Amino acid sequence: MRVGLFVTCLADLMRPSVAFAAVKLLQDAGCSVAVPSAQTCCGQPALNSGDSGDAREIARRVIESFEGFDAVVGPSGSCMGTLRHDYPALFAGEPAWRSRAEDLARRSHELFSFLVDVMKMERVDARHDGKVTYHDSCAGLREMGVRSQPRKLLASVKGLELVEMNGTEECCGFGGTFCVKYPEISTRMVDGKIAHIEASGASTVLGGDLGCLLNIAGRIKRRGLPVRVIHTAELLAGMGNRPAIGEAETT
Amino acid sequence: MQAAGSTFTKRVSIAIHDKRLQAALAHASGGFVHKRAQQVAALPEFEALRERARDVKEHVLTNLDGYLERYEEQVTRQGGQVHWAATAEDARRIILEICRKADAKTVTKGKSMVSEEIGLNQALEAAGYEVVETDLGEYIIQLAKEPPSHIIVPAVHKTRQQVGDLFDLHHRPLGYTKHLTEVGEMVDEARQVLREHYFRADVGITGGNFLVAETGSSIIVTNEGNGDLTQTLARVHIVTSGIERVVPTLDDAVTFLRLLARSATGQEITSYVTLSTGPRRDDDLDGPQEYHVVLVDNGRSKMLGGPFREMLRCIRCGACLNHCPVYSSIGGHAYGWVYPGPMGSVLTPLINGLSAAYDLPNACTLNGRCQTVCPVKIPLPGLLRELRRQQFESGLTPAPIRLALRTWAALARRPRLYHLTMRIGVALLSLFGRRRGALAWLPLAGGWTDSRDLPAAQGRTFQQAWSARKGARP
Repeated sequence: MRVGLFVTCLADLMRPSVAFAAVKLLQDAGCSVAVPSAQTCCGQPALNSGDSGDAREIARRVIESFEGFDAVVGPSGSCMGTLRHDYPALFAGEPAWRSRAEDLARRSHELFSFLVDVMKMERVDARHDGKVTYHDSCAGLREMGVRSQPRKLLASVKGLELVEMNGTEECCGFGGTFCVKYPEISTRMVDGKIAHIEASGASTVLGGDLGCLLNIAGRIKRRGLPVRVIHTAELLAGMGNRPAIGEAETT
Repeated sequence: MQAAGSTFTKRVSIAIHDKRLQAALAHASGGFVHKRAQQVAALPEFEALRERARDVKEHVLTNLDGYLERYEEQVTRQGGQVHWAATAEDARRIILEICRKADAKTVTKGKSMVSEEIGLNQALEAAGYEVVETDLGEYIIQLAKEPPSHIIVPAVHKTRQQVGDLFDLHHRPLGYTKHLTEVGEMVDEARQVLREHYFRADVGITGGNFLVAETGSSIIVTNEGNGDLTQTLARVHIVTSGIERVVPTLDDAVTFLRLLARSATGQEITSYVTLSTGPRRDDDLDGPQEYHVVLVDNGRSKMLGGPFREMLRCIRCGACLNHCPVYSSIGGHAYGWVYPGPMGSVLTPLINGLSAAYDLPNACTLNGRCQTVCPVKIPLPGLLRELRRQQFESGLTPAPIRLALRTWAALARRPRLYHLTMRIGVALLSLFGRRRGALAWLPLAGGWTDSRDLPAAQGRTFQQAWSARKGARP
């Protein structure tokens, strides 16, 4: 299976270890992985701000970059949801591009659902001692059907205990540009999420989307709370002991 | 009716710092979500009902003119009268005229969001009528002189203590001197006060949850029975309803009734489901002498042929409000008009104009929970995004946001330039943030850093690290 990795702009810029973790997991599942260098972002900031013209141009670059791969996989339900559900609609008036967009949509997958549902991955070889809780990111959950797959893989991690928090399906308040346009609402929402995380008793919170995780980690750090935040892919790839999001590099 | 506070952001700030409101919201939303989930789990065919309800609504919208004509014929045959109101102003004028002809002095009202939409109470009061809301929640906010903050539970933002204080103020002159602290006592006292009004009322105005084309009936659902007394005891009954609320048959209405109570309050069915068909007939024991239906368009027919058509499927259950994390954070008044939450954020700009409610479509994370609980499967996030697109195209998006977007997009469309620029930016972010692991402040990023740290970048971009690794191990 030839997989093109959709890095996602947040992993590319803020946390490359998430993309490296994704590469390792995909290779462990038997895929060959390539990373097209002409990719930048899925275009959601433009699309969700009403700028469909720019979103369409960005989408063309993505479609071109990922032609020829058997599958296009990214460590984010949000970005992959955009490729799968939003790109075709952007080309309603251009039949040739629309069919290319639909072709990409069919091949686009969120990382964990691809590993479990397509590659039939049953387990990973990783260890993590302690209690973790898992935040269901909205787009992954509702657009891409990601719920059981990361939990299934987490169950195979030695030493790990998954405790479900209340309100795991509630939005963390990130919402892309929402969090900087309406910071008061966003902060109120992330505080609600953090209350659930704390009540779960877990020392680590996991998720499948860096946007949510940067938001949760940024607020946790500001409030000085002792909870680690990492991307599920990092933990599954055995990279869970690296400095968590918002933690200082130990070197 | 406009809620307090001049701008959305200001109203949000007030709401978030209002401890009583926050307590009321936390109490309410958890309960509704839980009760709905229990009802859905207990009804295996719930999903099939949603599909059927969506299909019925789509069928009605495709044939709306035909069903409305059929409905009017049936209402007329039953001795009632249908009035067509193209605008809110038309609706107010028609209703005032009916009240004038009836030589009315007192008007009782059952809960009706359409009457809120058209600003009916203010118009009636300005014309000198005594107006009494009979739904307990509506009665409370009428005493408080506030608009509803929820389409199903209009006084959800009020605590028990606040209601007790309101009753002290307004019921004392009527001889009710005891300060009340228990919900049961308050309900009893309100019932006693309201009962007098039902008997004195000349005109009773209700909403219409569904209008049945085959019989000419209007259906209301209530939990207090107040709607029945409002429409049965007055001489004149006026139903106000949106044109989209017509359903073909009584069987279809039952499909919606099964969905409505479960979605709204987590009940299998409301305590009262009342059908009214025309005025009192010769052998009826009671009922009004006149029966009027005011069908309100107010922007609805314009939605019919465009990208917002699906919004006309809405049955006003409020599930999208109850499951919305933004609504749960700020309550209904912050939205600034009568319809709050996801459905209100779509409807308000469509009825009042794109520029009148710029923030509403934007103040949403597009988390999609509303769509998953909507009983008629309205793609609310998609509609909100379409509104953002129309705002952007018509130049309503603020200039600084446009500039930032266009600059970023110009880079994102040029991968080589993008990667080069980002390498530099990421290196700086990493340099300044590395020691603490995060940045507490960043120029022009106050929206993020006022309340959150910005986690530091790891150092190199992935693309940079990946090509270095490939170079090392071809």
